[in-house]
Amino acid sequence: MNRILAGLIFGLVLGAIDGATAWFYPETHSMMAAIMVGSSIKGMVVGILCGWFARKVQSTKWGIVVGAALGLAFAFFVAAMDTVNGSHPYVQIMLPGFVVGAITGFLTQRLGTASAAEKGA
Amino acid sequence: MDLSDSVLDHLRHMAALPDLTGTRYELEREIGRGGMGVVYAARDRELDRRVALKVLDAELEGEARLIARLEHPAIVPIHEAGRLPDGRAFYAMKLVAGVRLDHHLARSPSLAERLRAIRRVGEALAYAHTAGAIHRDLKPQNVMVGEFGELYVMDWGVDAVAGTPGFRAPETPLDRRSDIYSLGALLQFVLPAGGPPALRAIAAKAMRADPADRYPDAGALLADIERFQEGLAVGAWSEPWGHRLRRFGSRNAVLLWLLAAYAGVKFVLFFLRNL
Repeated sequence: MNRILAGLIFGLVLGAIDGATAWFYPETHSMMAAIMVGSSIKGMVVGILCGWFARKVQSTKWGIVVGAALGLAFAFFVAAMDTVNGSHPYVQIMLPGFVVGAITGFLTQRLGTASAAEKGA
Repeated sequence: MDLSDSVLDHLRHMAALPDLTGTRYELEREIGRGGMGVVYAARDRELDRRVALKVLDAELEGEARLIARLEHPAIVPIHEAGRLPDGRAFYAMKLVAGVRLDHHLARSPSLAERLRAIRRVGEALAYAHTAGAIHRDLKPQNVMVGEFGELYVMDWGVDAVAGTPGFRAPETPLDRRSDIYSLGALLQFVLPAGGPPALRAIAAKAMRADPADRYPDAGALLADIERFQEGLAVGAWSEPWGHRLRRFGSRNAVLLWLLAAYAGVKFVLFFLRNL
């Protein structure tokens, strides 16, 4: 599986799982579908960027660092757009987003392989 | 010992030295002695380089010619094979500057270095077997480790009758599977005390009494060692569940830590919210 595709799939799946954990908060039940779609798209974008980075730099350590940074940045945008009872849930969204980004970066580095185009380059 | 005894010893020694008259070699000193011959350091006058000269007691020129055809980075290249004026067969090979594997192990190399040595020996064996050559006397004394870490397997196929207890397979005649036995014995020898049970199982499988129960070839044994080094299960060992879980944990430690961090974050956030 090439690295960008691996990043996309891992990001999508982990984003969906992260979104699904909102179910533990009863006040979000009415918005579950929107949260899951939003979280999946966020994870997918982070995964694609992690995959692109993994094509340039093959390093598990840097994959984790970049994944975590991207996860944190995208989670910040999501939290900035979101309001719960009039306040932005920065910590509730950014902290898990940071760790999910790190996991996505790690998996992309470890399980993604060079595409045919990369091998030929 | 009186004077006549020492003179007699000296004469005996001189008589045993190879007659290099008319050859391109100049004898320097004896560097090793085996069951089938003696190895000398010598100088090749024509090419002005030092070589190792093995002078054989038996008629094994055919073997030397077979070995001379082997070209592998871990097999000492043979420069010339022939017969000395005194009638004894000889072959000249590269003089390896280094130490024997058993002496090298005394420096307590890491497990990875020990396995690297076994893999190099195994690769040389696999290659030689495909070329139709058998070592027949693989043991630590026949493996040299060079000063830059390069490794050479010496004394190919000439010790046809002897073998070394502990490293020699029980069956006769010796064949490729006998070399697998010796490779297993070599693996067992290089492992430090209390070495990983997976590697001990690999050595034990290679050393089974029935050749049919051993690895079919050196490549299969090396593949099992490679699986061990990659943190995978080895074919030779039915691993207990506890060990399997530990191996999974150490192989996926980073991922498990990240997942634990995620679970921790979620747990803390959930309970902080309810405070």
